[in-house]
Amino acid sequence: MIPPVALEICVVCLGIFLLMAESFSLKSHKVTIAHGAIFGLLCVLILSFFIEVNPTAMQDSGFYVVDGLSLFFKRFALLATILTLILAIDYLPIVQRLVPAERPEAGSGEFFILPVFTCAGLMWMASAADFIMIFCALELVTISLYIQVAYMRRSMASLEAGTKFLVLGALSTGFFVYGVTWLFGTVGETNLSLIQKNLSIVPVANHPAILFGLAMVLVAIGFKIAAAPFQFWVPDVYQGAPTPITAFLAVASKAAGFVILIRVLQPFYVLDSFQPKLISVLVILAALTLLFGNLAAIPQTNLKRLLGYSSIAHAGYLLVGLAAIGNAFAGRAVVFYLSGYFLMTFLAFLVMVPVTKATGGDDLSHFNGLARRAPGLALAMLIASASLAGVPFTVGFFGKFFIFEAAMNQGLYLLILIGVITVASGFYYYFKVIRAMYWQPVPEGAGAIAVSPLSKIAITACAVLILVLGFYPQLLIRLLP
Amino acid sequence: MSPVSPLLFLILVPIFSALLVMAGANPRFTAILGSALNVLFLLAVAFFYNPAQSGFQFVSSFPVVSQLGIGFTLGADGLSLVMLFLSVVVTLAAVCVARAPLENPRWFYASILLISAGVVGAFASVDVFFFYMFHELALIPTFLLIGIWGSGDRQAAAWKATVYLATGSFILLLGIIGLYLIQPEGSRSFDLRQILSSAQAGQIPDSPAVYLLLLIGFGILVSLFPFHTWAPQAYASAPAPASMLHAGVLKKFGLYGLIRLTVPILPESVQAFAPILLTLLACNILYVGYCTIAQRKLDLMLGYSSVMHMGYIFLGFVALNQVSLTGASLMLLSHGLTIALLFALCGEIRERVGTLDFSELGGIARATPKLGLAFGFAAMASVGLPGFVGFAGELLVFFGSFASGAPQMGFLNGKEVFGFNGYQIVTICAVWGIVISAIYMLRAYRRVFMGPLPDRWSRLSDLSGFPHAAIVLLIAVMLFFGFFPQILVNLVTPALLLP
Repeated sequence: MIPPVALEICVVCLGIFLLMAESFSLKSHKVTIAHGAIFGLLCVLILSFFIEVNPTAMQDSGFYVVDGLSLFFKRFALLATILTLILAIDYLPIVQRLVPAERPEAGSGEFFILPVFTCAGLMWMASAADFIMIFCALELVTISLYIQVAYMRRSMASLEAGTKFLVLGALSTGFFVYGVTWLFGTVGETNLSLIQKNLSIVPVANHPAILFGLAMVLVAIGFKIAAAPFQFWVPDVYQGAPTPITAFLAVASKAAGFVILIRVLQPFYVLDSFQPKLISVLVILAALTLLFGNLAAIPQTNLKRLLGYSSIAHAGYLLVGLAAIGNAFAGRAVVFYLSGYFLMTFLAFLVMVPVTKATGGDDLSHFNGLARRAPGLALAMLIASASLAGVPFTVGFFGKFFIFEAAMNQGLYLLILIGVITVASGFYYYFKVIRAMYWQPVPEGAGAIAVSPLSKIAITACAVLILVLGFYPQLLIRLLP
Repeated sequence: MSPVSPLLFLILVPIFSALLVMAGANPRFTAILGSALNVLFLLAVAFFYNPAQSGFQFVSSFPVVSQLGIGFTLGADGLSLVMLFLSVVVTLAAVCVARAPLENPRWFYASILLISAGVVGAFASVDVFFFYMFHELALIPTFLLIGIWGSGDRQAAAWKATVYLATGSFILLLGIIGLYLIQPEGSRSFDLRQILSSAQAGQIPDSPAVYLLLLIGFGILVSLFPFHTWAPQAYASAPAPASMLHAGVLKKFGLYGLIRLTVPILPESVQAFAPILLTLLACNILYVGYCTIAQRKLDLMLGYSSVMHMGYIFLGFVALNQVSLTGASLMLLSHGLTIALLFALCGEIRERVGTLDFSELGGIARATPKLGLAFGFAAMASVGLPGFVGFAGELLVFFGSFASGAPQMGFLNGKEVFGFNGYQIVTICAVWGIVISAIYMLRAYRRVFMGPLPDRWSRLSDLSGFPHAAIVLLIAVMLFFGFFPQILVNLVTPALLLP
């Protein structure tokens, strides 16, 4: 059997190996690096099914947990990275155009290797159970993402996105560290399970200080998951970043943020004096996020930006699920929702990249008449939009259903009322995509759209999974921790 | 796992036909063949249906989310059998009158077939959750059908309908979740049989909030008075087959759901909120009725008339007695057939003369006598002339609702009183509604078919081929059940579980 840390070590070694290979084989085609990375990550994914369960040695040290949740999210991160790399291969010509270099090939190797390091960070985040460990993993992820967001050096939008992301990311890091110091000062521990133990003996007079520290940490995590009012970086960064990185940010980084949120809240949630306060904070966050994400998405005309707002909106639904965490099913509902979100967001981006390449942009108007130009891509996008909107027989519907079932069970009526408004507006803006593809005429002189075989496989897999899980969600629920 | 229900084939046939159409089979031929096959399937199912046995038959169940008691459970009792019959007949008629658009006929037929699969699935579901899911299957096809092939202000109509339906169905979903949560913990389920048996055992508290959610959710889908504005426009803009399926079958889903779920489970709330619902449905009949008279285009007039007629069915529902509910169930079928026929004819007229404006139309019956005759039949059926199934339904609704509520006439406590309760007042309004519908239907008939025929239309072709057959089929079914409504009454009665 393999020890669980081996997974992350393998991923890091893979990254280093690829870096070396890239610098020593100057003549080689850069896409082979991406293929190598995908192959390596697939191997790690297979390895993850053979690791030692419940290794006591690691659990005693307490900063690294191996449970169902962490394993699930490690696989989640691996798959997300693989899909990002598939997207990146397709997106390569655009990157090369926007990266200054003497040869078109130069400078594109890192575009495939950086996500591998991010992946290692994401996997650590899934297992982190100590604030120090969380901080390190978080920084590994964010710093590698800063570079990726600003990768296209000749694109002003990309540079602007990178700067915004950097400044606000640094700010949120500051909040995080500041909050952790308060927590350490009052509880005397950085380890989450020890914090839980100590919380019950901390004098009540210290509770406001603990709450303050926790609030700072929540602000930092709020930035990561793009919860309102910490969401304002999202639209610009999503629009400016290279499309594969946008997808990576939207799915993997957000999911990791939610895992951390679950882990961090757990010790405080158990305590009766904190629970109602935490729930009310989560309810307020969820309400704001839902309203902002959905209402601001309505007037958008750029698909990437629209998906940025939609990712805020989905963070809102996930927060509803977290606010209802008292329900036995709510935890699984959140993880289910995240997995569904993974499929539908990646599907949307997988369709977007070839369309952007063929039409030269990612506005909604660039999708006009797609159903006549490329019926297969349009159908895939139709499935993705329907699922994002929550039309039945897609995984997105079951996700919303589970979340709202839990919310109703917990009596969160304010959020349910807001949900009625936001779901309706969600239908409006996601159907705008369908309208562009199916109602509008094809622009003059539009040619066929080429899709690489690897993307074709990924698109088909995502679309089929969305529909299958939309009829039989039990397949996924069985795998949930 | 239980043996596979024959009802599963009813759902799979349209889905497979849609897939075949998308894969490249001849769209029109495949769609007609599939729908005809479905009618035969249904007749076979009806033949093996045992009316003496109560409860659902042909049940098959497949657990989907066992933690929440959701299963893909199919089954049929008398009421759902009637609705399934309506669905398959209207589908057949719809694909027969459909004219392949020049562009992308595949999507067109596939969308129609998907709507059909959705309605069949909804009426064949015993699981409340799947009942809901199948209804929503129609959402995207409708959006595409109206948006791509519609007429008039089609984009606005499609948006309005989609946003209304999406909102309505989300509220409905909350209502269904509520219905799940008010069941006692431990025996919670979405299986209708389980819910009904808990309700009969008195374990389900009568929650007004859940009833309101269900009423508003279903009400938006059925175009109950303040939520009706999406419907006329959408039906007017949609291509004929889409409005036939939507106005004829899909809209009945809401009323079917109310009769299925709220009557046996939340009867006290139904009665408690009856005054509000009576007011709203009176508005449906009178206000929308007068709006219908004011319309200047045939398609909009039909759209409004279909909204208006929902009022009668709501009256039958809210009166909550055996007679009125039987009448409401009969009207579900009769109105579905009638409005489908009217929209089919409306589509045929549009196809021939290119306009539906009353001020431009006239005298068409001289050139197209069969079309005129068929429209005459349909108009009379819509008004509720004896001999059509609608007559039996309306009569039962009126009798039932007039008898409902506390008596206000005769001798009470030894004193002679004379007055009407709310049910009776609304019944009187509803009877006046028949006069309103006679006015607009006859006027439409006169404007479109009577008078001098303009020269440019002297060579109009009359009904022929598949559309002709479809229209004859619809009229034949209406007349058959008009003369033998007892068949329907016998089927429906055991399914109406009165408190």
